[in-house]
Amino acid sequence: MRQIVTRNTGTTARSWRAILAALMGVAVIATMVSAAGCARTESSKPAQSGGEPKEPKQTEEPQKPALKGQVLVDGSSTVYPITEAVAEEFQKEFPDVSVNVGISGTGGGFKKFVVGEIDINDASREIKPEEQEAAQKNGIDYVAFKIGYDGITVVTNKSNTWCKDISLEELKKIWEPTSKVKTWADVRKGWPAQPIKLFGPDTDSGTFDYFTEVVVGEAKKSRADYTASADDNTLVMGVSGEKNSLGYFGFAYYEENTDKLNAVSVNGVAPSLETIKSGAYPLSRPLFIYVNKKSLKKPEVYEFVSFYLKNAETLVKQVGYVPISADEYRSSLSTLEGLK
Amino acid sequence: METQRIIRIPELPDLESLRPLVARKRALERAFLAIAIVGAVIIFGILLILLLGVALRGLPYLTPTFLTSPPSRFPEKAGVLPALVGSLWLIVLTGAMSIPVGVLSAVYLEEYAPRNRIRRWLLLNISNMSGIPAIMYGVLGLVIFVKLMALGNSILAGSLTMSLLVLPIIVISTVEAIRLVPRSYREASLALGATKWQMVTRTVLPAAMPGIVSGILLALARALGEAAPLVTIGALAYVAHVPTSVFDPFTVLSIQIFGWASRPSSDFLGLAAAAIIVLLAIVFLLTIASVVIRTRAIRMRGGIR
Amino acid sequence: MGVTQTRRSPVTIAAERLIESLLPLFVLLPLLLIAIFLAFLFTNAFHFFQQVSLREFLLEPNWHPLIQPPRYGIAPLVAGTLLTSAIALLVAVPLGLIAAIVLSEFAPLRVRNVIKPILDVLAGIPSIVYGYFALVFVTPLLQKVFPTIEIFNALSAGIVMGIMIIPLVTSLSEESMASVPTLVKEAALALGATRLETTFKVTIPYALSGIIASFLIATGRAVGETMIVTMAAGATPRITLNPLEGVQTLTAYIVQVSLGETALGTTGYYSLYAVGLVLFVLSFGLSLLGRWVARWKRSE
Repeated sequence: MRQIVTRNTGTTARSWRAILAALMGVAVIATMVSAAGCARTESSKPAQSGGEPKEPKQTEEPQKPALKGQVLVDGSSTVYPITEAVAEEFQKEFPDVSVNVGISGTGGGFKKFVVGEIDINDASREIKPEEQEAAQKNGIDYVAFKIGYDGITVVTNKSNTWCKDISLEELKKIWEPTSKVKTWADVRKGWPAQPIKLFGPDTDSGTFDYFTEVVVGEAKKSRADYTASADDNTLVMGVSGEKNSLGYFGFAYYEENTDKLNAVSVNGVAPSLETIKSGAYPLSRPLFIYVNKKSLKKPEVYEFVSFYLKNAETLVKQVGYVPISADEYRSSLSTLEGLK
Repeated sequence: METQRIIRIPELPDLESLRPLVARKRALERAFLAIAIVGAVIIFGILLILLLGVALRGLPYLTPTFLTSPPSRFPEKAGVLPALVGSLWLIVLTGAMSIPVGVLSAVYLEEYAPRNRIRRWLLLNISNMSGIPAIMYGVLGLVIFVKLMALGNSILAGSLTMSLLVLPIIVISTVEAIRLVPRSYREASLALGATKWQMVTRTVLPAAMPGIVSGILLALARALGEAAPLVTIGALAYVAHVPTSVFDPFTVLSIQIFGWASRPSSDFLGLAAAAIIVLLAIVFLLTIASVVIRTRAIRMRGGIR
Repeated sequence: MGVTQTRRSPVTIAAERLIESLLPLFVLLPLLLIAIFLAFLFTNAFHFFQQVSLREFLLEPNWHPLIQPPRYGIAPLVAGTLLTSAIALLVAVPLGLIAAIVLSEFAPLRVRNVIKPILDVLAGIPSIVYGYFALVFVTPLLQKVFPTIEIFNALSAGIVMGIMIIPLVTSLSEESMASVPTLVKEAALALGATRLETTFKVTIPYALSGIIASFLIATGRAVGETMIVTMAAGATPRITLNPLEGVQTLTAYIVQVSLGETALGTTGYYSLYAVGLVLFVLSFGLSLLGRWVARWKRSE
């Protein structure tokens, strides 16, 4: 009988070594890929052909030491596209800063914000008194910056030919908790007797809070038999795929999908950059970022917020929302500089 | 008094009259087989079509830029790098935690634990762990790792969660592999003067290695593919950086796919398909390797069932 | 260097003894974590039931814990889970069983040895890939067949879940059918039965517990599935038997709540754990039942 105990020379042992070697190889490849990835994100990307979006303003300050660190952002899915755009452009300039943006909803984001878990909260409504109290209790001092306007857009499917405008009362009739509306005909005489399929944000959403407050009369009061999603993209998919649908979400999500959706005029006013800015559109509202003052002491967070305010005018418009006036951005910037 | 039992031999039916019956049965069997095979072909076909559909949808987006860029709001610039690296980090960490715990648990259960009710109870519960749905592990991770241990939504919390998820796979396959090692190996080893620990580590484990490795590969493939537990612990976010420490937020391929697939634009659905191709490539690699190792080992041991 | 040495250093011996004594801890660690988690689950679910009556939980036909006025009836979520799982089983059970029959009773050994590994590989396809299938291929197809179907619907998710579960049903059933002693099968054949007859009159009854066990385990899997239903079935809790409508399952609700963050201590917060408890009981219970049924036959 050969030695089977003293040395690992058997076939099984050999395959064991082979596997081990393979796993180590994978680990090596993984390290190389991540190194290559880091190197790549550091070097500037070569110029792309055609359709290059406007590059954000370059900072005028002289050579700064390479910024590194982390910026944690969470909150509204309405504001998310703006913050995502800012984060992407910011990280091109400061590749060693990692900006992470979550979409827990305005309410969900505030919950993390008031305990100091995140640096910045994207908010599509103002902070509530109970959230303010919680922040005070936890010693979180914050500053709010208005960064744009949104008009909550009521949308219908592209093949919807009958609903071109709707009144606030009709919206209330559809969305109130005691609503008896089941078909389009229940909303307005003359509309088809087709079942109405509803889509809307879920309860952690600032959009939901605002819409229910303005339309139904009290925040969070709504009928419950609609397809709710924190992800506005899901709502776009829903409304664009469903003939008899009606939904509501931020203007930018409509702007990005005008080929799939119709926007409904509310009280005779159609949502547009002008009507939202002027307030003529009944469902306009401001968008904010709430920043933890203590986080501003970190240079990467400070730079990020500064970059945000400097480039908001371009990026907010690019994303599809309405920027505030240039003066307002400038005054926010000076407030920010005062907090350095 | 003797009781007499009369065995009545039934009259054998005449063979000719049985022919139609047999012919009917044979026809039925052939029909059944035909339906079954058609059904199987249809299912395989559907699966193949779906996989091909994904491949066709995703291939146009599978460029080198895709593999080396971070995600972006512009589909033509978007890439899967942080997700890919995140996935690799995840399986390495998950493996590092679950393999030792899993293998040593199995060693204890098979070699050291006394054959009593406690041992059976332990084995039972480990195997019951595989009956818990993946999302419950996500809630567990949220409760214990993210909140209680305050790890936040970091890769560490993610891998701890996934380690628990895949642990039963490793334990059970190691236990079965160890069981298959012939007693003669152990006895020979001890006869040559090995201590118990030496016997286990130098004889039993190497002999059981194919089964163990096969189980590990399956476990890693599972860890790679599951999105639900990671979504629950908060990994769904825009992450454009490859993680540099275990405490960093992260994203993985499965979650990137989920995020992109939620976007209505056709481009993002195509990106999701491309990411699926990458994910499936790795998962298939691991699974096929696992199956090949297992069947080779069975064949070497002497025949499949 | 060999193991055949006459003296071992006391250090080595001590080290080995130490490791050996620590071994039980490795098994206990994961079980301990699970135990802690279950304790947490039960405690928080208990808090929920302190605020919501069991009567409302079981009898109220609406579920919206976070919309004012809140309603806490679990029935819609359970209905959603059962509807999607039922559709999945309708697809997976017949197809999986027939495939298992063909594989274990009719297929030549060579075919079997090729197909079985392929099944194992297919079983490893992650569920989000299936979710993508449902969203991008199956739903549009269904929309052509059923023009009234909603964009998020139970049918699409159910069908795809069924396809996902087929390899599981097939391999588990095949295993239990293959473990029927050949002697029994051959006896039947010797008595003049065709292979088909043997299968249905002998093999399947013999392996019945294993087959039923595989169905139960597959159901447990379907009940616990998350990604497919989250992506394709929708987020509208409603009690319905109509597969063309969108529904929300227990698992999808858990994802929805954990994505946002509800205030600690509120009923909405505890609803996550109450639903988790129901899900755990259902899914785990089914798997447990399946395993128990399988073992029951073997001891006979």
